[in-house]
Amino acid sequence: MSDIKLKITDRDGNTHQVDAPTDMAMNLMEVIRAFELAPEGTIGICGGMAMCASCQCYITSNHELTPMDDEEEAMLSEAFDVKDNSRLSCQIPITTDLDGLELEIAPES
Amino acid sequence: MIKTDILIIGAGPTGLFTVFEAGLLKLRCHLIDALPQPGGQCSEIYPKKPIYDIPGFPEVLAGQLTDNLLEQGKQFEPGFTLGERAETIEKLDDGTFIVTTNKGTKHHAPVVAIAGGLGSFEPRKPKLEHIEKFEDKGIAYFIKNPELYRNKRVVIAGGGDSALDWSIYLADIASEVTLIHRRNEFRGALDSVDKVQELKQANKINLITPAEVIALNGNNNLESITVKTENDNLDIETDYFLPLFGLSPKLGPIANWGLEIEKNAIKVNNALDYQTNIPGIFAIGDVNTYPGKLKLILCGFHEATIMCQAAYKIINPGKKYVLKYTTVSGIDGFDGSRKEAPKAVVKAIQ
Repeated sequence: MSDIKLKITDRDGNTHQVDAPTDMAMNLMEVIRAFELAPEGTIGICGGMAMCASCQCYITSNHELTPMDDEEEAMLSEAFDVKDNSRLSCQIPITTDLDGLELEIAPES
Repeated sequence: MIKTDILIIGAGPTGLFTVFEAGLLKLRCHLIDALPQPGGQCSEIYPKKPIYDIPGFPEVLAGQLTDNLLEQGKQFEPGFTLGERAETIEKLDDGTFIVTTNKGTKHHAPVVAIAGGLGSFEPRKPKLEHIEKFEDKGIAYFIKNPELYRNKRVVIAGGGDSALDWSIYLADIASEVTLIHRRNEFRGALDSVDKVQELKQANKINLITPAEVIALNGNNNLESITVKTENDNLDIETDYFLPLFGLSPKLGPIANWGLEIEKNAIKVNNALDYQTNIPGIFAIGDVNTYPGKLKLILCGFHEATIMCQAAYKIINPGKKYVLKYTTVSGIDGFDGSRKEAPKAVVKAIQ
């Protein structure tokens, strides 16, 4: 399987183009951590269980994503700085469909 | 002044296992944790979730792991300072340390082991004007003493377990409980959700959803809150407002202790004993960093074990010791208990 390209804007407003593998069962939060685009300890605090909202991001391209499940929706309803395009990046698996995806990491809260 | 051999900052799995390993070396431990209960993230964030990579446990719930670790270390009689955050550290001329909490509790020890995970858990505060002005004057993020709310009017905001559980608990104590959440759906144990439903029907909980608190009003003390609902804005008079939006870990005051920090973690010497740049202060578990670091509970257990050997040498300079297997030596608790392997049966066959 091939890598996909993602455009990730960090919390300082800098945009990074990264290549993410599609064959390692990674999610978007893990890609952000792997490329160190947010300081350790400020993202993915619960490890990816949709239980902390520290990996919230705003999806800015028009990709069709895996739909939100109840846990993600419930967690986002308790999070701060939530917008219509908010998602928990830990709940978005990296697949070839996401090639070209653009997103911004939400502020730390 | 609390005195101990190893002062452990952080009562998560790594800190709790340190008690056991230190006990084998006849060293006493005392733990400080900002949370009101031991277990760290395991008990605070995901007690009901399974962990699959604890050696020897194909599957264990995080809360059960915490209980097991407490049980395993119990005969070594650890002390606990819970609900207090380690704030300052002072190194005395004799090389020992005094650690003081935010409540002023002082602890004295020759060795400090920071097992602080991702840091101390601080409440996530909603972004409301004047919220800090009303803290302890009507606004609280933790419920330490439920009696404080007896016959008072309480508004709780949040949609998770703690908002649900405290609404249920306070329904019997407070004169009025109002629960406000942005959505109609709650994220919590099914029986809690059902119980709130029941209490709502019995008019013991006033449920307002979907809604959001948008303003806090009052002079010195909080007097009322403004709630935005689908249709309009409501002013609700209340004595207390408890925003329960979960906790987020912050390295906090430890960051100012003169320790080398990298990537929000404490740099340690992993080639030797997980000591920091300050001799006598160790960092173990998720709070430390070194080349090849993995933030796993099982790695924290290993680091705690190595660290205790180094602590023994600091506390008992020059005193000989050789590593023993617990199966061979048994375990002598500080409480006088003894556990040991049963002796093999030696008997002649006629």
